[in-house]
Amino acid sequence: MKVLQVIDQAYRTTVEEQDDAILWLTRSMLSAGGDLMVLLTGHAVHYAVLTRRQPALILGEWRQTEPAEIHRDIAGLVEGGVPVYAVLEDLQDRGLEKLEVQSHVQIVSRQQIPSLYEQADQVWHW
Amino acid sequence: MNDKKILTFAFMDPPFESERTITFFRLLDAALEKGAHVRVFAYEGAVALAFAKQQTHGNAVHGRDNAAENHPLTKDWILALQKKAASKALGFEWINCGLCVDERGVNEVVDGCGRGGPPDLWRYASEAHNTLTIGTR
Repeated sequence: MKVLQVIDQAYRTTVEEQDDAILWLTRSMLSAGGDLMVLLTGHAVHYAVLTRRQPALILGEWRQTEPAEIHRDIAGLVEGGVPVYAVLEDLQDRGLEKLEVQSHVQIVSRQQIPSLYEQADQVWHW
Repeated sequence: MNDKKILTFAFMDPPFESERTITFFRLLDAALEKGAHVRVFAYEGAVALAFAKQQTHGNAVHGRDNAAENHPLTKDWILALQKKAASKALGFEWINCGLCVDERGVNEVVDGCGRGGPPDLWRYASEAHNTLTIGTR
């Protein structure tokens, strides 16, 4: 069974969990033998152009030491055999299309989304 | 497990904060009503749905004491669905993401709910007719 993970929400739980919860879930299921793909849509296309670790949260004397490294997590997914796609028009809608996209991420147009969906047995929209 | 269909649900929302939680439980009830075995993977805040120490309370604004208010608790909904499933000879399995449980300290869960992780979601999904994911917003 092949599953396409569609991530539409960005920066959800990233401070507290120190990652994106669905990217983490994907990596965890990969270790369990999962056959997975990831499609970044909507605000989640921000992940495709990240180059730096998230800033550490500081509250009083408490300082976060291991903030999220989403670009590293995406690279890890690709290295693990999970293709990661981002939607061009969603980048354009947010003025992000001229930024350098992570080399690991493949850009697709909205017209190509149906063919991605057809490659999967199940589509999980988060 | 008989030849009835298995439906898997992955849910992220906590109790008492979103109408999606109500919709999620209504979907579980509907799945059982239609004769499907139900399997739930509770992720992130959803692990608190099964927390055994949830308590009812009175509500002065409503002018009702604890008994009269009869406040809804998600742990009771889970127990009710377990009972419904049993009455129909259907499976009703529930696994909480263990790391999510630890983060929130909601280790004490109602009977019939277990602890696991993403491999359990993959197993649930692999064995199910289909899987519905409901992410938090």
